[in-house]
Amino acid sequence: MAANPMTQFEVYRIGPEIKVGAFDISFTNASLFMVISSLAILIIFNLGSKKNSILPNKIQLLAELSYSFVSKMISDTAGSKAKPYFSFIFSLFMFVLFCNMFGMIPYTFTVTSHIIVTFILAAFIFIGVTVIGFIKHGFGYLKLFVPSGVPIVLLPLIVVIEIISYLSRPISLSVRLFANMMAGHTMMKVFGGFVVSLGIVGGWLPLSFSVALTGLEILVAFLQAYVFAILTCIYLNDALNLHH
Amino acid sequence: MFKKLFLYSLIANFFFIKKIFAAESGGMPQLDPEFWISQIFWLVFTFGVLYIVLSKLILPKISANLELRKSQIQENIEAAEKQRESSEAKLKEFDGIVLKSKIEAKNIFKDAREKVIKNINSKKEILDKQIDDEIKKAEVEIDTLRQSAPEKINKIAVVTSTEILKKLIGAEVNNSSISAIVDDLVKKNGDKYYGH
Repeated sequence: MAANPMTQFEVYRIGPEIKVGAFDISFTNASLFMVISSLAILIIFNLGSKKNSILPNKIQLLAELSYSFVSKMISDTAGSKAKPYFSFIFSLFMFVLFCNMFGMIPYTFTVTSHIIVTFILAAFIFIGVTVIGFIKHGFGYLKLFVPSGVPIVLLPLIVVIEIISYLSRPISLSVRLFANMMAGHTMMKVFGGFVVSLGIVGGWLPLSFSVALTGLEILVAFLQAYVFAILTCIYLNDALNLHH
Repeated sequence: MFKKLFLYSLIANFFFIKKIFAAESGGMPQLDPEFWISQIFWLVFTFGVLYIVLSKLILPKISANLELRKSQIQENIEAAEKQRESSEAKLKEFDGIVLKSKIEAKNIFKDAREKVIKNINSKKEILDKQIDDEIKKAEVEIDTLRQSAPEKINKIAVVTSTEILKKLIGAEVNNSSISAIVDDLVKKNGDKYYGH
């Protein structure tokens, strides 16, 4: 019995070992769920955009509601200048959301519960946002670290804090998602294990906990995808509209 | 009591988890770098494909669909507005026509009434004139008759008295003496005879 709550996060090879040079890029269970999530997104949104009727059917409504949801989120947080980055943020939100949600199905693998995945996403966002900031504002982008209206005495301290907080963005962004996913799934596994070990007599309490946790985890899965996307929007807003 | 039990079990749980972590040889599988390269590769691949397909094929279609629907709805609203305006204009026109025809009907009625009244008045005047003429004529006739009446009566009286005298006496009486008597009587009692 897999009583260990961490075994669900183990990555293992599916199929043969593929090596490119010194790198092992074998197809794993993590890769499988990335592919499944992407394919699910593509299939749903392809079906949702195929036909255009004035009265949309359910799948078209789903696609269009998601579109306007993300579109509104971006325009609310980053303004109209962020329009060219809509596709990226939409893909990001959907990818994280679907990976989180597929992880909620029993016996599946949660792609976003791995720090390396979330860190690569966050690092890409961080580098991208920084590059956009320097392209848009040149060295004026460094003014981001110098807030206006701060007493000159405090300025060195504030600048150091701002730089640290800016540099910690990819870490906080990736750890937030990864830790939430891992903690939630570990908790569910632990409570599931309690149900088994306490048996029919005492298993009801952890079982009810497990049921409640499942609801909570579905909420967290959505919320974390939303937070990930909205933080990306906020970072993008910093790069596009220097408000300091 | 229950609270205490719950707390104890919570603490026991933490120990339990700690034990599991200790038992695991590598700790968290997330920190095992064996498949990091593979995960990065597959993440970049799947996310890249997802991004390209979404941004090039699917999202423009959804955006076009939304745009089309918006414009269509806008168009429909505009068309409805236009139709409403035209129907309002037509209603106004209709009201105007009704009002105009009402005024016309009133005018026609008034004209007809005036004409009839005028007609009646003129006819009445003509009739009045005719009646007046007739009355005048009749009055003139009556006057002439009245004026000629005493003479005639006198004559008749003279003739009849002559006749009567002839019959009664059997002798001829002079006409002139009788007429003188009649004249005398008329002069005396003319008012009594003719009722003036």
